[in-house]
Amino acid sequence: MMQAVYLTVSAPLAGALLLAGVRRLAVAGWINVLVCGVTLVAALTLAVVVAGHGVVAGSGFRIDAFNVYLLTLTAFVGLTTSIFSRPYMRYVCMSGRTTERGMRLYHVMFQAFMFTMLLALSTDNLGVLWVAIEGATLATVLLVSLYRTPEAVEAAWKYFILCGVGIALALFGTVLLYFAAQHVVTDLSTGLTWSTLYGVASQLQPSIMGLAFVFLLVGYGTKVGLVPMHQWLPDAHSEGPTPMSAVLSGLLLNVALYAVVRIKMLVDGSLAATDSPHLAGYLLMGFGMISFLVAGLFLHRQRDIKRMFSYSSIEHMGLMTFAFGLGGPLATFGALLHMLVHSLTKSAIFVTVGHATHIANTQSIDHIRGLLRTQPAVGWGLLLGVAAIAGFPPFGVFTSEFLLLTATMQSQPWFTVALLTGLTVAFAGLFRHLHPMVYGPAPEAQQPVAANMLPVMLHLGLVLWLGISIPAFLANWLDRATGLITGLHLL
Amino acid sequence: MSLEHLPLLQQFMVVLAAMALFTSFVLLEQARLVSAIHAFAWQGVLVTLVTLVVASSGGQTHLFFSAALTLGLKALFIPWMLHRLVRTLELDRHSEPLQRPALVIMAAVALVIFSYWLVLPIVQQELMFTRNIVAVSLAVVLIGLLMMVVRQQAVAQVLGFMSMENGLFLAAVSATGGMPLIVELGVAFDVLVAMVLFGVFFFQIRESIDTLDVDRMNRLTERGDDA
Repeated sequence: MMQAVYLTVSAPLAGALLLAGVRRLAVAGWINVLVCGVTLVAALTLAVVVAGHGVVAGSGFRIDAFNVYLLTLTAFVGLTTSIFSRPYMRYVCMSGRTTERGMRLYHVMFQAFMFTMLLALSTDNLGVLWVAIEGATLATVLLVSLYRTPEAVEAAWKYFILCGVGIALALFGTVLLYFAAQHVVTDLSTGLTWSTLYGVASQLQPSIMGLAFVFLLVGYGTKVGLVPMHQWLPDAHSEGPTPMSAVLSGLLLNVALYAVVRIKMLVDGSLAATDSPHLAGYLLMGFGMISFLVAGLFLHRQRDIKRMFSYSSIEHMGLMTFAFGLGGPLATFGALLHMLVHSLTKSAIFVTVGHATHIANTQSIDHIRGLLRTQPAVGWGLLLGVAAIAGFPPFGVFTSEFLLLTATMQSQPWFTVALLTGLTVAFAGLFRHLHPMVYGPAPEAQQPVAANMLPVMLHLGLVLWLGISIPAFLANWLDRATGLITGLHLL
Repeated sequence: MSLEHLPLLQQFMVVLAAMALFTSFVLLEQARLVSAIHAFAWQGVLVTLVTLVVASSGGQTHLFFSAALTLGLKALFIPWMLHRLVRTLELDRHSEPLQRPALVIMAAVALVIFSYWLVLPIVQQELMFTRNIVAVSLAVVLIGLLMMVVRQQAVAQVLGFMSMENGLFLAAVSATGGMPLIVELGVAFDVLVAMVLFGVFFFQIRESIDTLDVDRMNRLTERGDDA
């Protein structure tokens, strides 16, 4: 049972070490795909084991219904992105934007990033979780500056400094958590173990836990991209290579939010008996709602296609944060589903956007025109992807947003107005930019490129499937995660 | 309960922590990079001393290891590496006084007071000693943050970042007797990698904007691509 855990986490690490020694670009691309494939198989095995046994725990790892679904999602998006990145990065390398050494760095860091993500998800230790999330910054920061343009270096520096500061605050929160745990836990070596702390959550000192949560929320919230700590996100997404944007948006933000939710579970337990039992929830709701609304407005004024979609990511992360803050089985179920469909859709969009920028040779929205004429596959991919992310039925994002709206109406009716306004604003923002990009005449200079649309079709197909009918096993899975987080089941 | 009623060892620790806070102030208003690096190294030494005191009083052997790690990393390796980078980048004569020193120092003082206010909830149940140490280390963290805001020079920002790490470590050691070993190792590894990457970035930044004055990096504003 534990072998599956070890394999899932160690495959990308081994891949990173292996790729450091591979000089030939063509081979490295395939090895990258292969390692991601092995990781996905291991993660799926793990999912089957967890479905059978409930919880797999041991040697510092703990896999339950909540993180196993994120593990599988991470491994899956990692695989499809690596399939996309192989020809894409070869094109980038041939166009002279990066060197062979840069490509080697890219492959090593891609796997290192996957390793940190999977480690963060599977570990039971909140300290190791911190180390892994900081490691994710370190692994991706050199990739953001891969093209070495002044903009890329600036974006990378901003990313490094802002996330470094954010994550430092999260470490202070972790220290406070450990401090609170010392009065309760007898064996100090388990003082940061999540499962131990969860068992004794009600005895943890509420005043310290509240303070710790603020630090942890600001810290990990920086990585989630919550407004006003989001400044790094659009820059890093727009200047880094597109496969990186896909995994940052699809995976890193999720994992950071996962960390916040895990800690919220502890804090809720600790604060339950005080006069402000929903402090953590209210904080999440506030930050989430502000991010959701501000990012929706910012969508309108974007000129860079990747920047625009990174604001869309902030918007959706805000929505999920809000939903987790709302609590309750329905909202939590909706948020978990939204995490899933957002990751799939957003990484599909970034893949399509990568092809679109190669077709038009620019990231400027004003200069990408008539994609449907130049290359129908890419044009349709973008059109359907944006339709999905904007919450059109029958795509899965509609289902999850509908669930979230219902939950909001039940518990906080006034927020429904804000939610609907935000969704409409974001919808308008996306479509006013999308329309000229896909329809209309195409400029002469736009040439079709060799595009691998398989990942996009796969992702959008899954999102469509989830929108039409959520398969019973997945619904049960999400329901078990909901039960774990809220203590109540939806189904 | 006032400070002089604390056991001698704890008083000693509070003094060391206060000295670490003092080096934060020195770091903040130091105009020359080389002197700032020295101040940072001294802060590392003070944090090491605190760790040693906790280790010898509490009998937690793994803290001796952390002390060695801190000494090696924060007091020797990082200062040495920064020193070398500064020399390679020919910045050793670079001097950049603060724009408004009085205001910045006042802000730092305000941060210290804020830290004490923030840890007030702990006072009801906890010892005076713990509260002092947690407040001081939080102040070191926040002054590091302030330094990253007011300094426009990349090396100075890194010093601010690293002194934040010092503050965090101080909090971990003195308030909780050190984090579990695996976490401490992970954090040290991350700091080490971060330092190496910072070194890489100094060269990348210089290559792209010809200076390490990161204030000149302003291409990415909200409507940067209009231009």
